[in-house]
Amino acid sequence: MNGMFELLLRSVFLDNLALSFFLGMCTFLAVSKRVDTAFGVGLAMMFVQTVTVPVNNLIYTYLLAPGALAWAGLGDIDLSFLRLIAFIGVIAAMVQVLEMTLEFHVPRLHRAMGIFLPLITVNCAILGGSLFMVERSYGFGESVVFGFGSGLGWALAIVIFAALRERLKYADIPEGLQGLGINFIIAGIMSLGFMAFAGMG
Amino acid sequence: MQDNNWRILTRPLIDDNPLTLQILGICSALAVTTSLDTALLMSLVVVCVLAVGSAVVSLMRRQIPRSVRIIVQITVIATLVIVVDQLLQAYAFELSKRLSVFVGLIITNCIVLGRAEGYAMHNGVVASTLDGIGNGLGYSLILIMVGAIREFFGKGSLLNLQILVPTSQGGSFEPLQLMLLPPSAFFIIGGIIWLIRRRRPRQVEKPEFSLRDERRISK
Repeated sequence: MNGMFELLLRSVFLDNLALSFFLGMCTFLAVSKRVDTAFGVGLAMMFVQTVTVPVNNLIYTYLLAPGALAWAGLGDIDLSFLRLIAFIGVIAAMVQVLEMTLEFHVPRLHRAMGIFLPLITVNCAILGGSLFMVERSYGFGESVVFGFGSGLGWALAIVIFAALRERLKYADIPEGLQGLGINFIIAGIMSLGFMAFAGMG
Repeated sequence: MQDNNWRILTRPLIDDNPLTLQILGICSALAVTTSLDTALLMSLVVVCVLAVGSAVVSLMRRQIPRSVRIIVQITVIATLVIVVDQLLQAYAFELSKRLSVFVGLIITNCIVLGRAEGYAMHNGVVASTLDGIGNGLGYSLILIMVGAIREFFGKGSLLNLQILVPTSQGGSFEPLQLMLLPPSAFFIIGGIIWLIRRRRPRQVEKPEFSLRDERRISK
């Protein structure tokens, strides 16, 4: 149990997908003009990540990993090279299913996430999460925790970043740094801040 | 015609750079630049995937129905990336381990999909291939600059060749640990953007609010 909690903290703060692995940066920089939209994307991201990482984990362990097809009597087949395409397929399908379910059952939440759900299919943080899960060989339980934690970390980062940007509108920034340039530098400073959590372990 | 092709190839280098102006493909750019050799390898891979991907998508553009175009594009790109990934694992295993998940992440790299969707779907094969190569090179340019800066100041070496001798081995160079950590990549790219926009004022974004000129009011 202790290990799980540690993994959660690690994936939220120390191994933050956005700030220490630079995943999902395009979305991170593009839709962080206002806090409420950032909140919507963050929520969508957390949702999708919590669902797709465990699902991909199941698919990988029971279909794709070397020797995974032993239950079908095909123990010596190694399909792991198919994982990229399988994961992308799963992510696209899950996003679609999630969108329809939410629209039907929780329309308010669906409206809050709005157009961000389909966008998330091509967000590298989602695919990256699944690939990290394979690379670090997480079990099913761990992958649930990791999926949730990394989604939460990403959401946290984008909401903070959007709040900073809202304040920055009134700042007097050198001409060439206006816009994208200063955003990179803020993200860098935030990333420095998150590195301070390294002492936690 | 010759002129035109040359422009397609060179425009994305500085004037329309995918990283500093179009905000495409930043994710992978930052993560693989701790040293020059990974940055070079990543650049090579991205240029190849972009060129071939754009060419294939452009060849197929009349056959793809509009409603499923994204899926078709992703499938083309994913196939290319899997081929590249397998090749790397076969011939450059050590480097491919260091690139870790980032080769796979080229699939969701917005440059590849962005150029396929934004350019290759509407243009001929030659132009699309050149556009792919050009954007790949623009991406590589930034990647190599950041990689070189980070490796030089972080370890005092370039391509694993020791240039400055660190203090731990009796030299006079104190390695800058910060350069090996993620934040430095953000700072360096921010700086590069600033530099480019000083030279190309057209790219400067207008602020939403500007300060009042206090001097004029106080008069």
